Amino acid sequence: MTASAFRKNLTLTLLVLAALLLLQFVLPEYYVLMATRMMVLAVFTVGFNALLGYVGLLSLGHAMFFACGLYAAGLSVYHFGFSLPAAFGVSLIASAALSLVIGAITLRTIRVSFMIVTLMFAQVGYLAVLYFAEWTNGQEGLSLPASARQMALGPWTLNIADAVTRYNIALVLLAASLGLLLFYLKGTRGRVATAIRDNEGRTEMLGFNVFAAKLEMFVLSGTLSGAAGAAYGLLFGYLGATFASFQYSIEALLFTLLGGAGTLLGPLIGVVLMVAMIDKLSELTSAYFLVIGVILIVLILWFPKGILGTIRERWAPWLL
Amino acid sequence: MASLIPLLSTKNVKRHFGGLKAVDGIDFALYEGEIRAIIGPNGAGKTTFVSLLSGRTEVSEGTITFAGEDVTRLPAYKRVQRGIAYTFQITNIYPTKTAAENVRIAVESRAARLRDARFDRDTATRAALEAVGLADRKEALAGELAYGHQRLLEVAMGLALQPKLLILDEPTQGLSDPEIENFLALVRQIAKSATVLLIEHNMHVVMSLADRISVLTRGTLLAEGTPEEIRDNPDVQAAYLGA
Repeated sequence: MTASAFRKNLTLTLLVLAALLLLQFVLPEYYVLMATRMMVLAVFTVGFNALLGYVGLLSLGHAMFFACGLYAAGLSVYHFGFSLPAAFGVSLIASAALSLVIGAITLRTIRVSFMIVTLMFAQVGYLAVLYFAEWTNGQEGLSLPASARQMALGPWTLNIADAVTRYNIALVLLAASLGLLLFYLKGTRGRVATAIRDNEGRTEMLGFNVFAAKLEMFVLSGTLSGAAGAAYGLLFGYLGATFASFQYSIEALLFTLLGGAGTLLGPLIGVVLMVAMIDKLSELTSAYFLVIGVILIVLILWFPKGILGTIRERWAPWLL
Repeated sequence: MASLIPLLSTKNVKRHFGGLKAVDGIDFALYEGEIRAIIGPNGAGKTTFVSLLSGRTEVSEGTITFAGEDVTRLPAYKRVQRGIAYTFQITNIYPTKTAAENVRIAVESRAARLRDARFDRDTATRAALEAVGLADRKEALAGELAYGHQRLLEVAMGLALQPKLLILDEPTQGLSDPEIENFLALVRQIAKSATVLLIEHNMHVVMSLADRISVLTRGTLLAEGTPEEIRDNPDVQAAYLGA
């Protein structure tokens, strides 16, 4: 990436984040809550897209990492009374470790096999959540008590159940994940990652350890997803087995495809549009998934590269 | 020019695919600074043999030594890091990246090995593109380059690695006659700094470039010698004419 392209991407990202910062002052309360949820899901999708969009690996099991972060953070608060930062730290370590192990195994496969193997591991994760019901309370899930969602911050008390606080925490997390990926992609490692995506065999024959590079991105991707899961659990105070289910893996894929795989801001756009669409449609009809399915088919047919992918192709080749 | 210790040598290397003996016990030595051509009829095992050298295919048996080190079990990317570069028979580039970006990836590989802060990646990228005459196309998307230029880009990526040994797998396939003449000059230029191993069907290219020629048939080494010796060798003539 040239220096000027990097500056443009950095500027665009900062503008979007600034807009999100200002948005909290104009949005009504219900939409603040929705936007918070969108931003956390966007972090999850940024993590998913790091793998799909920049090294070309389609995982069907990313709910596993989201749930890993969610339960690592939530259970350490619920059962062991960890402070919020400590619980978040635990979730990062747990999801990094899990993605290292799962990546080391699944990256021995490619294409369809990779999709199937990641899916299988995610199902194991889902069943494990149900199996250890003594800890997780299975399908019903756990609600974090209000006392556990506060922490002392000097003379003040930080209450993460508060709508505005929650919004800004989600925003910081989104900014951090976008910044991390942006700087990763700027350097040699990012260049090698996209080289693997475009032509794996050639990249290996240029002297790069392709397996190690893929594993590195897999861990980055899994950890970002885990961080999103932890934020989701702590900010909204609920841990449920649904978050480990196949549906969440698929949603990350849908958000990414809609916004544009391999674009930095595509995941955010995909999440915003899809979540808003589900929200509106579910008011009108109970068959909203059918409508969304049709919209997706149309998108794939007419905009196979997603919204930002199409914009990049036609008008803005510098988009990262 | 030939030193006594070979840069690359193989001892009894074999590669069997089920019952097919693609490479069946080849002892081979390549000396620093030479241009060596490997020729042979279709299906003689030429591409399989160089795949064993580059590490893209694992040997079933035998050993490969490069620059004094046993590399038989090294994965391909580590052999590239040791100095064996391979350019593909079928053009194998990054079609959606610019020509400069294609070369830049190879330059990054070299930079990772050098660990020298003074190494200027932009200069190295430009130098490799200039060496093959693609400097004025550097911003073009590789996939939109003319076929001949794509072949040159492929070579530029090999060059950017600054290898000790450059393996070219049918580099002139699909090139026009004037392009081939340019290519001959390019390979002679490359040979000043690297050893070149070339698989080639075009006899004009082989005869005008190679210092020595190795002839493969049915997975074995049939003959080896200077272009004149090979041309006059009755076994080689028989293998090619099927007599």
